[in-house]
Amino acid sequence: MIDKRKLKVLRKHKGAMFGLALLAALILFSATVGLVSPYQPGHMDAERLMEKPSKAHLLGTDDTGRDIYTRLGHGGRVSLLIGLAAVGLSMAIGVPLGALAGYLGGWMDMIVSRVLEVMLALPTILLAILIAVAIGKGMSALILAVGIVGIPQFARQVRGSVLALREQDFVQASRALGASPARTLFREVVPNALGPIIVLATLGVGSAILTAAGLSFLGLGVETGTPEWGAMLHEGRRAVERGRHLAVFAGLAITLAVLAINLFGDGLRDALDPKAEKKA
Amino acid sequence: MIRRLLASIPLLFVVSFLVFVLSRAGGRDPVDAILGEKGTPEARERVTREYKLDRPILVQYGSYLEGILTRGDFGKSYIMQEQPVAEQIGRRFPPTVELATAAMLIAILIGIPAGLVSAVWRNTWIDYLVMGVSLLGISIPVFWLGLLLIFALGGWLPIGGNIDPSLIIDPHTGFMLIDAALSEEPGAFGDALRHLVLPAMTLATIPLAMTARITRASLLDVMGSDYIRTARAKGLSGLKVVTRHAFRNALIPVVTLLGLEFGYLLGGAVLTETVFSWPGMGTYVVDAVFQTDPMAICGASIVIATTFIAVNLLVDLLYAFVDPRIRYT
Repeated sequence: MIDKRKLKVLRKHKGAMFGLALLAALILFSATVGLVSPYQPGHMDAERLMEKPSKAHLLGTDDTGRDIYTRLGHGGRVSLLIGLAAVGLSMAIGVPLGALAGYLGGWMDMIVSRVLEVMLALPTILLAILIAVAIGKGMSALILAVGIVGIPQFARQVRGSVLALREQDFVQASRALGASPARTLFREVVPNALGPIIVLATLGVGSAILTAAGLSFLGLGVETGTPEWGAMLHEGRRAVERGRHLAVFAGLAITLAVLAINLFGDGLRDALDPKAEKKA
Repeated sequence: MIRRLLASIPLLFVVSFLVFVLSRAGGRDPVDAILGEKGTPEARERVTREYKLDRPILVQYGSYLEGILTRGDFGKSYIMQEQPVAEQIGRRFPPTVELATAAMLIAILIGIPAGLVSAVWRNTWIDYLVMGVSLLGISIPVFWLGLLLIFALGGWLPIGGNIDPSLIIDPHTGFMLIDAALSEEPGAFGDALRHLVLPAMTLATIPLAMTARITRASLLDVMGSDYIRTARAKGLSGLKVVTRHAFRNALIPVVTLLGLEFGYLLGGAVLTETVFSWPGMGTYVVDAVFQTDPMAICGASIVIATTFIAVNLLVDLLYAFVDPRIRYT
């Protein structure tokens, strides 16, 4: 699937490598925060509210005197985890759904397509809000809401790929050899459709982080007090004038993470694109 | 085409039912949810009767739908100002349309030329610049960009609402620019326009970036096709090939994207509207969610979904118009 040649294209892709480095830096920042910072993410210091960046607090403190550097680091874990888990959920439901619809066709395809149409009839953020309203606040609710709104993308992509692959010779051969439909579908067809799914999953983590941050920014995401980038932005905005540095740092963290993921995803798409292979 | 139109009707029913169920879920007693803290026994009984809350949810939905279809009645919002939801939506919808239109204009006027320049001068510094900025545009959270604009330009431009509240503007159309222009207040139009600048810039970011990216990709795709090679072989200059031959065909995916984005903006401007306290559908939904007003959440979401579906339908029509190869039967 990802052979050496494609890996070489990817390695030469400046944008992708820059994105990967940026992402690694962010992960390193989040992973080492406990070693670097002497503070706990929930530790409040009533003497030091909304302080500007200083030696004691590298990025300053928020409106309850918590260290922003520490919270950004822990927030990175939360935000990245939400992004990955949400995409995992979207894939776990979207890929089999799309594969079955594309492969079996008929009434299965009809039903799946109608369900996707319904999900796509509401703008993403509104659908996420409605789901959040129905299932409540908290991290797992947030993952569920963001994960559900991501399903149609995967299902549509996979359905399209499977439709195109279904009639190809090697698939026919597998069927002729007596393989069961399930085996043909998941052993022959789906692996050959993996390229676009991987690209979509990569880019999907970025948009999942954005949607989750948006919900938290509105106050519908994680529980109050959880260090999460969108929620920190919400707190920064609530503190108006004095919260500017908090809002700036939290937003910058989201932007850098999503930018890194998008850069890498774009590179991955170029590398996995069969058209690009010819040029290489 | 007729078939596409007819297909969207059952879709609307299913979507509205889904919204109806979601807005009522959350584990609260529907009577409590609808009335909030104001539930006197008489009010409780009236609401139960009015919305058939003692009956199965399908019956409740049926009666709700009947109200919408026969009387344009989306029920009454008991929590937000005790008004019919339809009336509130009627006030909130025009500002959203106004903001979305302004944002789309910015996206088209800057995005298409930017993509064009990027494609023509491919792999030069200007291409890298345009593509870099547009990648940043799709990566940045719009609500953060809005806050940054407020921090940077809030001293010069208004940062909340769509008009100076001290100005008295008669709501003729609901569109603030038009109403302000019609009003007697001096400087009202300029004030409304100034209020529009920052939210429109913020909301335009994503469609602008996507338009530039798609225009470039589509143009490069078309430039590689045979008929462009023919045009070049005839000896036409590079720019003429682009403007006369490539551009029109390259626009097809761009038009589709713009339509989809417009649909999104009409209902999806939740975050931008919240940042700028824009009195539109987005802030209405958010307010309704925070005050847990199920009637308002439900009505607003149904209107947004209907708009979204209608715009998508129009895009398909437009698509067939721009590309004569496509015909809907």
